[in-house]
Amino acid sequence: MSTFALDRVTAQFPEAVAERYLDRTGGAWAVLHAEHLPKVAAFLKNELDFKLFVSVDAVDRLHLAESDPRFEVVYFLYSVSRHEHVRLKVRVSETRPEVPSLVPLFKGANWWERFVWDFYGIRFTDHPDLRRVLLYEEFQGHPLRKDYALRDRQPLIPERPIKDIFRGPGTSGVA
Amino acid sequence: MADSDIAPVLTTRRDEAMGFFSRMVSKGLGWARKYSLFTYPYATACCGMEYMSVAAGRHDIARFGAEFPRFSPRQADLLMVVGTINLKQAPILKRVYEQMCEPKWVIAFGVCASSGGFYDNYAVLQGIDRIIPVDVYIPGCPPRPEQVLDGLKMLQDKIGAQVHRVGENSPVPSDFMLPGSR
Repeated sequence: MSTFALDRVTAQFPEAVAERYLDRTGGAWAVLHAEHLPKVAAFLKNELDFKLFVSVDAVDRLHLAESDPRFEVVYFLYSVSRHEHVRLKVRVSETRPEVPSLVPLFKGANWWERFVWDFYGIRFTDHPDLRRVLLYEEFQGHPLRKDYALRDRQPLIPERPIKDIFRGPGTSGVA
Repeated sequence: MADSDIAPVLTTRRDEAMGFFSRMVSKGLGWARKYSLFTYPYATACCGMEYMSVAAGRHDIARFGAEFPRFSPRQADLLMVVGTINLKQAPILKRVYEQMCEPKWVIAFGVCASSGGFYDNYAVLQGIDRIIPVDVYIPGCPPRPEQVLDGLKMLQDKIGAQVHRVGENSPVPSDFMLPGSR
């Protein structure tokens, strides 16, 4: 697989790339320092045409052999014109799980970053609206963390009023 | 039999309402009710496919009188909870149950509705009986249509055997009333 994009990134920002490797399927990865992530993503988007933000996810390495720092935040970008993926990683610690948000750059990152916050508790600084996206506000903890108890039960929640459903002509008196 | 199973339906003079007449009315009402169940299918998951199979021609739940799926809880008297109920949805299910008129019955259709099934995790309600009362539990993942029909017949037996006290002018339980309407 092509390492063109990551080679350009390494040449352009040598201080941003902490590590590069090929995974067992031959995919090329670059591990970045968190503070350089927006810069690298902007370069990939504007210079190399990686305009499709595929996803961001996280890995909790708590019980793995290599577990320091604990979390990996994993980014996938795709270039439609070049038919090429690029895979980026940022490692963040348990004590300060913070990554700069990519929402100013990619609008599609918005709900993905909320998802990672929801399930892993990793904060994205400068995210415009960092709320839970699938679970509910009353939920305690972040369930895809490996130290979330297997049989942990959440309390039942009350019903919340629905204000945003459009019910035919008019809005049923709800603003 | 608990007091809650006794639904006051007719109120006449007490001496008229005793004995034979009372039993016949009770039996007749039970018979009428058990063959005219209007179902509200609260279908959330793959059990919904099996519900369709039960309702469609080959198995045809209409043969047993539960002919008519009603998509408003206010018109239904049988709530079929078909599929996984997660914690975020639990208050909605409770509201749907509360919107149904008495008398009403509930069937937990499949293991997810009955006990949470294999979704033994952070997101799923471990059985709908944690929020609403259930009359019949149908196991299976998903249950065969024959199991559903068997469950329906069990519910019909239960409804048919229900005692309706005629002439019993007992006060309505307070939780049946709206606040301030008494």
